[in-house]
Amino acid sequence: MTEELKEVVEEKNNQLEPLLEARSITKRFPGVLALNGVSLKFMPGEVHAVVGENGAGKSTLMKIVAGAYIPDSGEILLQGERVSFNHPREAQLKGVSIIYQEFNLLPERTVAQNIFLAREPGKFGALNVAELNKNAVSVLKEVEADQLISPTKMCHSLSVAEQQIVEIAKAISFDSKVLIMDEPTASLTLTEVKILTDLIRKLKARGMAVIFISHRLIEVFDIAEKISVLKDGELVGTVMTKDTTPQEVVHMMVGRDLDHYFPPLGKPEDFGDVVLRIRNGNNDFLKDINLELRKGEILCVAGLQGSGRTELAQSLFGVTPFKTGTLEVSGKIRNIKSPPDAIRLKMGFVTEDRKAEGLLPMQPIRDNILLTVRTLQPLFEFIFKDGIRSSRTLVPTLAKQVDLRADTFDREAQFLSGGNQQKVVLSKWLSTKANIFIFDEPTRGIDVEAKAGIHDMIRGLTKEGIAVLMISSELPEVLGMSDRILVMRDGRIAGELPAKSTEQDIMLMATGHTKDQDANNNASEGKE
Amino acid sequence: MTTSLASENRLKRIFRSANIPPVYYFLIFVFLFSGILDQFLADGQIFSNPLIMLNIIVRSVALGIVAVGQTLVLIGASIDLSVAFTISITAVMSSYIMQGKTENVPVAIAGVFLIGIVIGLINGLIITKLRVNPFIATLGTGLIIKGIINASFSNYTGSVPQAFEYFGYGKIGPIPVSIIILFLVVIIGWFILARTKFGAHLYGVGGNSEVARLSGVRTDRVLIGAHVLCSVTAVLSGMFLVSLMRSGAPWVGPNGFYDLNSIAVAVIGGTSLSGGKGDVWGTLAGVLIFGILSTAFNQLGVNPYLKTVFQGLIIVLAVASYTIRSKKEAA
Repeated sequence: MTEELKEVVEEKNNQLEPLLEARSITKRFPGVLALNGVSLKFMPGEVHAVVGENGAGKSTLMKIVAGAYIPDSGEILLQGERVSFNHPREAQLKGVSIIYQEFNLLPERTVAQNIFLAREPGKFGALNVAELNKNAVSVLKEVEADQLISPTKMCHSLSVAEQQIVEIAKAISFDSKVLIMDEPTASLTLTEVKILTDLIRKLKARGMAVIFISHRLIEVFDIAEKISVLKDGELVGTVMTKDTTPQEVVHMMVGRDLDHYFPPLGKPEDFGDVVLRIRNGNNDFLKDINLELRKGEILCVAGLQGSGRTELAQSLFGVTPFKTGTLEVSGKIRNIKSPPDAIRLKMGFVTEDRKAEGLLPMQPIRDNILLTVRTLQPLFEFIFKDGIRSSRTLVPTLAKQVDLRADTFDREAQFLSGGNQQKVVLSKWLSTKANIFIFDEPTRGIDVEAKAGIHDMIRGLTKEGIAVLMISSELPEVLGMSDRILVMRDGRIAGELPAKSTEQDIMLMATGHTKDQDANNNASEGKE
Repeated sequence: MTTSLASENRLKRIFRSANIPPVYYFLIFVFLFSGILDQFLADGQIFSNPLIMLNIIVRSVALGIVAVGQTLVLIGASIDLSVAFTISITAVMSSYIMQGKTENVPVAIAGVFLIGIVIGLINGLIITKLRVNPFIATLGTGLIIKGIINASFSNYTGSVPQAFEYFGYGKIGPIPVSIIILFLVVIIGWFILARTKFGAHLYGVGGNSEVARLSGVRTDRVLIGAHVLCSVTAVLSGMFLVSLMRSGAPWVGPNGFYDLNSIAVAVIGGTSLSGGKGDVWGTLAGVLIFGILSTAFNQLGVNPYLKTVFQGLIIVLAVASYTIRSKKEAA
C-alpha cells in the first residue's frame, strides 16, 4: 500500500507537477519589504521545511499561501491552476490548511466547537451538537488523541500540548492536500514532538504536501526532504536534506557560520557563595524541593512538560509561593510571598510566555524597560525626577547592554520581533540590578542568531556574579549552557547531573523507569 | 471501548446540564432575602400572593426581552447603548401609526420592526465597516434617535387599540401573554446561541475575532446580525411597553434605564463584557433578580433608592465571584 503510494508519489515527482507553487511573490508592509519575488514549489508526499530567522518572511509567505494575506504581486498555483485566495476560508476549501504559530483556539469553547468552527454540521443554519461531537471524536482519532481529549472539554482547561494537538486535528479535519505548520513543535516536549513527527509521516504517506516551519533544525533534518531558506524576504536557496548539513543551513540562514553555538561553561573558580537556597519546599504543585544556587553559575532545570519546572520558577519568584520550607537569599532566611518581595530581594524572572506575562505589548519599549525599576521607586519620584533622567540615560544604556536595536524607544513593544521582545524583557530586569535571574524557556520561538546572542548574554550575566536558574525543554540548550543540571519529575527534583552529561542521562532521569512512566501516564489518563 | 467512552460523555453531559450556573445562587439568595423581609414587614402577604409573584415576572418582561438581545451583542464582544432609544422610538411610532385603530396594527408592527432592523444594521455597519468602538458607535446612534423623537414628539402620542393591549394585559389560562412571549424570546435566544451555526460563530467572533476570521467565519456579517437581533428585541420590548401604557412617550426607554440595566443583568448572569462567554439562562436569572428586588421593595414600601443600592451590590458581588471562580479554575 505504502509502496504503491511511494511509486505514485515518485511518478508525480518525476513529472514535476507541484501540488502548490508560489511564483515570485512580493509583499510590502509599511516600511518593510516582507517578501521579494519568492518562488517555491511544494510536491505531494513531501515534507518541505521553510527556515529562516525571525523576520525573514516565512510567516508572511505562509499567510499568503493560506489566503490570510493578499500578495502585492506574484501568483499562487494549486495543482497547476492559478488561484487567488481572498479569505482563509477559500484556501481551506481548496485544501490548503495552516496551523499558526500562535495558538488559535477559543478558550471558552469546547474542543469540538473549536475544531469545526465555521464548519459546524447541521442543516439550514441549525447546529447538530451530537454530530459535531461525533465528528470531533473521529478527527481526534485520526491524530490518535481520542483517548486523551474529550470533544466536550473546554479549551481553557487543556494543557499547551493538548491545545496543540487540537490545532493539528483542526487542520487535518479539512481533508487538506497542503498542510502548513508554523512552528508546530515550539512548545512540545520530546515525546510529543515524536508523536507529531510520526503524524507528519502519516500525512506524507497519504500524498499530502506538508510545509514545515521551524527553528529547530534537528527536527527539520529529521522530518523534511527539502529545506528552503529565506533571508530578509528573499529565497536564499532550496536544498535536499540528504545533501546538506545543519551547519550549511545555518550558514544560509544567517550568512555566516555559528561555530560556537554556546559560550564556554563556567570554571569552578567562578562560582561563589550560595545566593539562593530552598529546603523542603512544598506547595500544591511541588514536593520536597531542595536546591542551592551559587553566584556565577548557570543551573538548568530540565524535565518533561508538566514535571513542575515552570511551577518551580514561579514558586521561587513568589507567584505561587511555597507553603512550607525555608528559603534563604544571600544567607538570610526570607519570605517570598509575592513577586514584589522577590524583586526587592534582587531577583529577576524572565517568563516563558512573553506576550502574556513579560511584556506590555501596547506600551512603548521605554516604559516596558522601566517597568520593574519603577516599582522599586517611591511613588512620585519617577514621575518628576527619575522618569525623565532614566528614560534619557538608563534606557539606552540597558538597550546597548542587551544589544537591542530599535529606531526609537517610543515604538510599541508589540511591533518588535520575538528576539527583540525577549531583549526588552531582559533589560527590564537588568534595570533592577538583580543578582538572581530565573529564565523560563528564554529562547522559545527565537531564531538561531538571536538565540546565540541570548545565550552569550546569559553567560555574560554570570561573569558579573549573577546566579542564573534556567528552565529549558531543549536538551541541547540545557547541555550547552548549564554548569549543573537539575532534573524534575512529577513536581519533585528527581536528581542532579553535572555539566557535560548526555541527553540520555537527562531523559532517563526525567522519565524514571520507562515502565514507571507508562504507569503514571495510565493513571493520569484514568483521572480524565 | 467506544461505548464506554460514549456513556462517559453522556454522564458528563448530564452532569454539565445539571450544573447550575452560579447566578442562580444569587437568585435564590435574593428570593429568600426578600421573602424574609416580607415576613417581617408585611407578614408574608406579598410572597403568599400568587398574583404578585406572577407580577414579578410581568414587570421583568420589558427588561428581559431586550436583555436577551443585549446578551447576544455582548457575547460578540460588542455592546448596544442605543436600545433605550430604540424602545422609545418603537413605543412612540407604534402608537402614532395605530392612532387607536385596529386596522392600523399590522402596518405599525411592520413599521417598527423595519425601524429596528435599520437601527441594528446601522449599528452593526458602523462598528464593523467604520471600525468605530461599539460603545461610542451605539452611544452616537442612541443620541441620534433620541434627538429625532424629541424633535418630533413631546408627549404621549396617539394610542393603541384595545386589541393590541392583549400583548400587555392578555392571558392564556392563568398565564399572562407577556410572560409567554418573554420565555419564547429566551428560548429563541438559547436556540440561536447553542443550536445554530450563527451562535457558534458569534461566540467565535467575541472570543477572538481574528481566530474566527482565519477559521472562515464572516465576522462582520455575524456581528451585524447580532446587532439586528438586539435591536429587534428592543422593538419587542417597546411594543410590550406601549401596549401596557396604551400610548407611547419619548421617555419610555431612558426612564426605564433599559440600556444600562440590560447590560447589568447580562453581566450578572455571567456574560463577559470582553465577549465570547455567556448565555441567556444567566441573563434570565439576572432579570428575575432585578424583578424580585423591585417588586418586593415597591410592595413593602421600602425607600426605592435602597433597591438601587441592592442592585449595585449584586452587580459587583456577582462579577467578583465569577472572577474568583475562574481564577480558581485556572489554578
